[in-house]
Amino acid sequence: MTLLRILLCLVALAGVARAAEPQAIFDRLASTKYDDIEAGVGDLATSGLPAAADALSAALDGRLLVAPGKPALFKTPMGTTIDVATNAPAAAGADAGLKPVRVNNRIRRAVATAIGTLTLMSPDARARLRAAESVFRGRDPETLPALDKALAAEKDERVLAAMRRAKAAITLTTDAPEADKVAAVGLVAERGDQDGLVLLRGLSETAPAAVKSAAASAIQAIETRQAMLARVQDVAYGVSLGSVLLLAAVGLAITFGVMGVINMAHGEMVMLGAYTTYLVQDLLRTFAPGLMEGSLAIAVPAAFLVAGAVGVAIERLVIRHLYGRPLETLLATFGISLMLQQAVRSIFGPSNREVSTPDWLSGSLDLFGLTLTWNRVAIVLFALAVFFALQLVLKKTTLGLQVRAVTQNRRMASSMGIRTDRIDALTFGLGSGVAGMAGVALSQIDNVSPNLGQGYIIDSFMVVVFGGVGNLWGTLVGALTIGVANKLLEPFAGAVLGKIILLVMIILFIQKRPRGLFALKGRFVDA
Amino acid sequence: MTSTRLIDFKGYVFLAVLVAAVVIVPGLNLLLPADNPFHIPSYLVPLLGKYLTYALLALAVDLVWGYCGILSLGHGAFFALGGYAIGMHLMREIGPRGVYANPELPDFMVFLNLKELPVWWWGFDFFPYAALMVLLVPGALAFVFGWFAFRSRVTGVYLSIITQALTFALLLAFFRNDMIMGGNNGLTDFKDIFGIPLQTQGMRASLFALSALALGLGYLLCRYIVTSNFGKVLVAVRDQESRTRFLGYKVENYKLVVWVISAMMAGVAGALYVPQVGIINPGEFSPANSIEAVIWVAVGGRGTLVGAALGAVLVNFAKTWLTGAFPELWLFALGGLFVVVTLFLPKGIMGLIGSMDSVKAWTTRRRAVAKPAE
Repeated sequence: MTLLRILLCLVALAGVARAAEPQAIFDRLASTKYDDIEAGVGDLATSGLPAAADALSAALDGRLLVAPGKPALFKTPMGTTIDVATNAPAAAGADAGLKPVRVNNRIRRAVATAIGTLTLMSPDARARLRAAESVFRGRDPETLPALDKALAAEKDERVLAAMRRAKAAITLTTDAPEADKVAAVGLVAERGDQDGLVLLRGLSETAPAAVKSAAASAIQAIETRQAMLARVQDVAYGVSLGSVLLLAAVGLAITFGVMGVINMAHGEMVMLGAYTTYLVQDLLRTFAPGLMEGSLAIAVPAAFLVAGAVGVAIERLVIRHLYGRPLETLLATFGISLMLQQAVRSIFGPSNREVSTPDWLSGSLDLFGLTLTWNRVAIVLFALAVFFALQLVLKKTTLGLQVRAVTQNRRMASSMGIRTDRIDALTFGLGSGVAGMAGVALSQIDNVSPNLGQGYIIDSFMVVVFGGVGNLWGTLVGALTIGVANKLLEPFAGAVLGKIILLVMIILFIQKRPRGLFALKGRFVDA
Repeated sequence: MTSTRLIDFKGYVFLAVLVAAVVIVPGLNLLLPADNPFHIPSYLVPLLGKYLTYALLALAVDLVWGYCGILSLGHGAFFALGGYAIGMHLMREIGPRGVYANPELPDFMVFLNLKELPVWWWGFDFFPYAALMVLLVPGALAFVFGWFAFRSRVTGVYLSIITQALTFALLLAFFRNDMIMGGNNGLTDFKDIFGIPLQTQGMRASLFALSALALGLGYLLCRYIVTSNFGKVLVAVRDQESRTRFLGYKVENYKLVVWVISAMMAGVAGALYVPQVGIINPGEFSPANSIEAVIWVAVGGRGTLVGAALGAVLVNFAKTWLTGAFPELWLFALGGLFVVVTLFLPKGIMGLIGSMDSVKAWTTRRRAVAKPAE
């Protein structure tokens, strides 16, 4: 312990007085006595040698080679040998007669602390921030001198704040004066997160009254903040769920809402889109591994085409014969959904298929304490993009104009020269294709299995019916409302009960407004 | 459209077949030795009995769909509730013979660390109470649901979708362990009823006979309803709901009555189903089951009652055979059946049996009805 203190003093003093010459350090490391080695580790950390950090971590794995009177070398994990003094590759055979530095648990600790100290001084601000965070969690009084030194040298505001908080955390564990401790409580409370809370809750019973009361109010402030954060997080998750629902339901809003066709096979269109993603990735892996990062960009149009083509085929072969008989359509498309599921199961097997996530979608985004994974963020953006693209198609293109005309008055549209049967097929293809694109997105967050679509079909119908049939804006509002309501209910009621409550609420809502949130008005409503 | 006689020719044939089944199936099972070629093996009796309970469920669906135009995609919920009611009684009958040998609580409650029986399990020791619940629970749910839905004039596709949501919500609810209904595993390991083991030949034969009796009575009840003046109004509601309302009939009351009766029939079917298959779990609530029941009716012939029962038996026979012989093919066959029947057999098998002229007349009339709706 005393030695460690000496070491840390040396670390602290390093800025003032340059420690020993490199060769002296290497000789110390080459010693057979652990005391000398430990001192050598401290010296190396403060030597200012550019290779010091690498050499220290090499020491832990026995890759740091030393011998008295000879230049020290270390081997990189790749196998090249580097001279510690010059940080340049060593000449071949330079490692003759060198031995690895002896390591025991004490040395390992010393090395770890030394590395931590080094990273506190690292030129990379993010590395310094991480080091400050780890000091905060460890709150080892013995790192205080090194921290002070780093604080004095620090320029970056964020890192500086983090280091101050780390110092405050340490202060709370020492027998510093009361005023310092109260100030420290304030600094720790600034963090406002779980770590700060744990630290404040763990304050000893013997702490002075002023410190205790400061801590109590700080704890309360943090808890309020965290509760608010949790609500915000719920809403964020709700928006994420809502956008998944929007993706799944927006295609249905077209086939059901615009055409009045109950497509129970809609979920299977989503499933086909997900399997298309799998196939695209499989083909790319074999034929063009370089394009894997862009696999999703290729899968989106591919899924649109596959699901769209299947949709057109279903419309031409089955649904065309059933217009005006919505209940029969429902049964026939349910039959189709069973066949599609079984077809996929027969071809790809019943187990889940692996769909990889590109690097640019992995990882997460940290926003004021909110953690959002990139793939969720991407799905929100994708859902909105699909939604507005559809709006554009329906409002600004000839196809859209014709679709709306047929929806509003089939006979009149036909009289005006619109080929209504062709429009029906295209509309159905469009809705199915959009479902296919949803499948690409869902393949990133859900299991790609033949049952994928089943999990979304009821939810999708709920969204469309809740939002109001024949109105895409209703679908948007419906999806987001249901998504957010679901996530807000979850903390109180649990996931399953929350969902049940929501279903019952939607059932009741439909009693109140049988035609949904944004009901169409006009004489074609009853058609 | 409907014959005014309570029992028409098809009805006599149907009832005769049922009576014959009641005599022949248990007879060939109980009286003939196992090596006789006409012997019906014991495992087959509950299987056939299961078909009969499905047929009763199909009758219930046909009553509301075929005669009142309410396409329920949630009748499986009433079926399962009836099944759970009787399942709870059977659980209580196990008594201290469970794995944990707790005289007070069924095994799964011991497993959940319960100290005493939840309130909603009270009374299920007593068979008449359980039997009452078989009718009351589905009936009450149907009443509440129908009261709101029909009064708010939720019709057609919307009603179908919310019935589906209803059974889906119940599916999720019964999966929860907090319901104290056996959770994921449901209720099973039943031992006996009235002190008689469920696995005995005599018990199986009795349950079969009881199912046939219930099916026969259910058929007569449905016929009674649809041949009465009440039934005529139902058909009017099916074909022209608004016009019927303008004629002064309280459409929602007619719908509610037939809806509740149908739900109770489904509950009875479930109650007979459970002792014969020996298990009830939340999977029975799955929306797909309810939709399958609708297809039985569509295959047999919507609005014919006899056809519904026939469709249920035939489709399930095909299911048993295909899932055994060609498991891959079953969903193709069932899916194909949905498509073919809706496209080419709008009146189902009964339509084929009836003269081709009447089918033509029926479909042209349907088209005529469908046209203005475009």
